[in-house]
Amino acid sequence: MEAKTLLFYLFSAVLLFAALRVITARNPVHAVLYLVLAFFNAAGLWLTLEAEFLALALVMVYVGAVMVLFLFVVMMLDIDITRLRQGFWANMPLAATLGLVMAAEMVWVLSTDFFASGVFFNESMPADYSNTKELGRLLFTDYVYPFELASIILLVAIIAAVVLTLRRRTDVRHLDPAKQIAVKHADRIRVVQMPAEKEAE
Amino acid sequence: MEDSVLQSFQWFWNLFGLWDWVWGWFAPLWPLTWWIIKILAIFVPLLLGVAYLTWLERRVIGFMQVRMGPNRVGWFGLLQPIADGLKLFFKEVILPAKADPWLFFLAPALAMAPAVTVWAVIPFFDGGALADLDAGVLFLLAVTSLGVYGIIIAGWASNSKYPFLGSMRSAAQMVSYEIAMGLALVCVLMVSNSLNLTDIIRAQGQGVFADYGAGFLSWNWLPLLPMFLVYLISGVAEINRAPFDVVEGESEIVAGHMVEYSGMAFAMFFLAEYANMILVSALVSIFFLGGWLSPVGFLPDGVHWLSVKMFFILLCFLWFRATFPRYRYDQIMRLGWKVFVPLCLLWIPVVGVWMMSPFNIWK
Repeated sequence: MEAKTLLFYLFSAVLLFAALRVITARNPVHAVLYLVLAFFNAAGLWLTLEAEFLALALVMVYVGAVMVLFLFVVMMLDIDITRLRQGFWANMPLAATLGLVMAAEMVWVLSTDFFASGVFFNESMPADYSNTKELGRLLFTDYVYPFELASIILLVAIIAAVVLTLRRRTDVRHLDPAKQIAVKHADRIRVVQMPAEKEAE
Repeated sequence: MEDSVLQSFQWFWNLFGLWDWVWGWFAPLWPLTWWIIKILAIFVPLLLGVAYLTWLERRVIGFMQVRMGPNRVGWFGLLQPIADGLKLFFKEVILPAKADPWLFFLAPALAMAPAVTVWAVIPFFDGGALADLDAGVLFLLAVTSLGVYGIIIAGWASNSKYPFLGSMRSAAQMVSYEIAMGLALVCVLMVSNSLNLTDIIRAQGQGVFADYGAGFLSWNWLPLLPMFLVYLISGVAEINRAPFDVVEGESEIVAGHMVEYSGMAFAMFFLAEYANMILVSALVSIFFLGGWLSPVGFLPDGVHWLSVKMFFILLCFLWFRATFPRYRYDQIMRLGWKVFVPLCLLWIPVVGVWMMSPFNIWK
């Protein structure tokens, strides 16, 4: 067997196992860590497809930043697992239907001529081909408007999230570091000269 | 280099007249062996560097604070790190009763692994990298961003208050300063037009000053001076060193995520922290101080220059620790988000306009 095929099966097996554990793990922190493992193996799969930018960006953005914050939140939550499991069977039919629809859609997309033809994956690029550079060139030439549009939508989402959660509290004292640094000792300390007390006679 | 190593093996086995027999079964294993030799050639000096960095830190800070530092074990205390290592090695590793047993022992490994893995792409001399990746900088950013997991998991798995507070602090701090570091690197990538670390160093060897033999003025630190400072300071914050060491601030939360660890499990965190220190010094040297390049034209380039630059940066880290009081937590966040990130966002268009103008110095 070719090394690449072997790697593919290794990454896929660990990916499937980790994905399964994400939804079956009892402890939410364990579930998040399995999700991290799943992302890592997905990145490995993309590396075997010579998509090194996507693979490294996945590790950098999802594993390095998003999942860290996710873990942060999950650790802070006070999760009662028995209460979470109460609605399991009641919600099962809806969840199963949604899952089946998604699986059917994926099968439908992947069985189209575009993916089935295989031209997509078999072409191996020369060693000096830089995936990152090509992607950057495309993003800033052919797809510059969709790209900028996407970034503006994300910016709007960021600002909306900040505005929705910003609470201006009036009962806290704010510090202005510039003012703190500019303070001179004369502003804070008053030296009072007092005459020495008279000796008791 | 591979050939000369092979020849020395051949010479050795020929002393016994066994070369043909040895090579007969060893030939298919040679590529793997060569990789392992290269990995050890990076890993062993790294561990020695970590050991003697702890000694250097205690001696240098001792000198700055007018005291002795370790000077009893060996000549000038030079055997002190070995003694400390042996002590930690033979201590009991205690597992707290309510800790998560798997994650508790996974955490030190997760802290150590990225600190060592990143060295695969560091070029020590021209062509002297274990893996000369074209996406080297991406690999580096991806792997260093994993270092925070060891700390967070350690804090949570210990099931104790101080470690948890420490890990919460580190999660927020490391994610914040990664952004400033990444944005500072964007400027470096723009001027060197490559993601390959070797190419980034080579690009710094070209320029007006380099042509006159004063190469150190052509390195990135001068034209990108604000980014150099941002990267250096963010680097200190990223490795949780003083004055940004709130993650393990002794006076507040004892030792942060490491409170419940003992013996070798603790030593792994310690090793990871110092390996990261050496790593950040190497990265600053590569991105801004010309890596292996010689500062002046009449001296040869080579790995010794990288060592000198790394040593200088490491001394600065020790110097910071002996000089500055610990930052308050909200001020760390303020510095990262309200000073460094806007400065980087401002400097990226400045460099972009500079590169498009007739005054472009990076052609």
